Amino acid sequence: MIRVVLPPHLRTLARVDGEVELELKTPVSQRSVLDSLEAKYPMLRGTIRDHVTQLRRPMVRFFVCGEDLSHESPDAPLPDAIAKGTEPFLIIGAIAGG
Amino acid sequence: MKGSPVNPDRIYASQTSAWFGQIIQRSDNAGKTWNTPGSSAEELKSPDGTPKGESNKFVYDTSPETGKPLTTHQWYDGTQHPWEFKRVWHLEPSLDDPDHIYAGVEDAALFESTDGGKSWYELAGLRGSDTGPKWQPGAGGMCLHTILLDPSNPKRISIAISAAGAFRTDDGGKTWKPINRGLHSQYIPDPTTEVGHCVHRMALHPSRPNTLFMQKHWDVMRTDDAGDSWKEVSGNLPTDFGFPIDVHAHEPETIYVVPIKSDSEHYPPSGRLRVYRSRTGGNEWQAPTKGLPQRNCYVNVLRDAMSVDSLEPCGVYFGTTGGQVYASADAGDNWKPIVRDLPAVLSVEVQTLP
Repeated sequence: MIRVVLPPHLRTLARVDGEVELELKTPVSQRSVLDSLEAKYPMLRGTIRDHVTQLRRPMVRFFVCGEDLSHESPDAPLPDAIAKGTEPFLIIGAIAGG
Repeated sequence: MKGSPVNPDRIYASQTSAWFGQIIQRSDNAGKTWNTPGSSAEELKSPDGTPKGESNKFVYDTSPETGKPLTTHQWYDGTQHPWEFKRVWHLEPSLDDPDHIYAGVEDAALFESTDGGKSWYELAGLRGSDTGPKWQPGAGGMCLHTILLDPSNPKRISIAISAAGAFRTDDGGKTWKPINRGLHSQYIPDPTTEVGHCVHRMALHPSRPNTLFMQKHWDVMRTDDAGDSWKEVSGNLPTDFGFPIDVHAHEPETIYVVPIKSDSEHYPPSGRLRVYRSRTGGNEWQAPTKGLPQRNCYVNVLRDAMSVDSLEPCGVYFGTTGGQVYASADAGDNWKPIVRDLPAVLSVEVQTLP
């Protein structure tokens, strides 16, 4: 089981509270996590990555086990801790405010 | 935001942010609840498979069959700049089908949905017209903000883009032509250019679809031949800069504007908020001010933030960047705030319920 933490605005859009849980086959990658997330919550398509290019939106970042993986290949395997669900896959919106 | 003229329970709204992009919201119960079309729980259970989740997918049509090549347009500094979708500025439901709706977007293009906003396709003849490379963004971006549907001719649509001007199709969106003859913009190199005018808003009365009224960056204009020629009707307005313009529900020659001091000072002249009304289709204007602040008022009124109802007498409504919505139940004679502590008001729409 994969655990995904969405930013608050996308939780509202997807109508979920807390973490999202996904069932995925290994190896797990950013792309497979996001594909599964969007299949379960189609209203999130286009909000995290572009509909056409499938590239991460500029003001969205991905963190895993304390590491910023936003600029890693979307097909690189994610750590076992993500695949096993001991650590969540964090989707973060860039901080805005004063 | 806008409701369907044939089903007041159906309302469409556009929300957007730099973080998560464009979102289209739809209500089927007059705003009690909202959903992103094509993504509801009911549709997730559909035996036809998972929904597409494409209500926010606005992709310029570059296909050889129906599309046009994605050209460049003019940037602020005169260089050419790639066409990039940014947001939906205006939603215009069709006059006869709640599932049929048009969307005006930035960078300027017109999109259409015939499935209640679940999926969108571009009417590419507009964006791909040969004047496209001359279009340029206004201060708010290169937005298509006005969509006027002709109730007597479903093939005719007039739109306006800042800063390109007004355009019209007479064949349901396949081909378009600029309709800017008579516009004069002294702040651009060629004041009478075919395209490049900063139109802020247009309005029509359904009984006279060939008469359009326009609030341009500066100048209030009218045409009586569906845009083939325009003439200025600013008359005695204290300033003819502004954003919204609207027409009385029952009097096709009664129109409303909110004069704003200038393009650099977006507030009413002398800090006095006044809605100017002309009962002669322009040129002669009066401003009944009862109920509107007449000192120290420094708000703006944005282009989508004025609307009229269809009651007798006609009700007029507008919202301000200071979060007030003012209403007049007597066609603009007397005003009162019906809400006054909102965030900046972007859109005011009115429904007259049975």
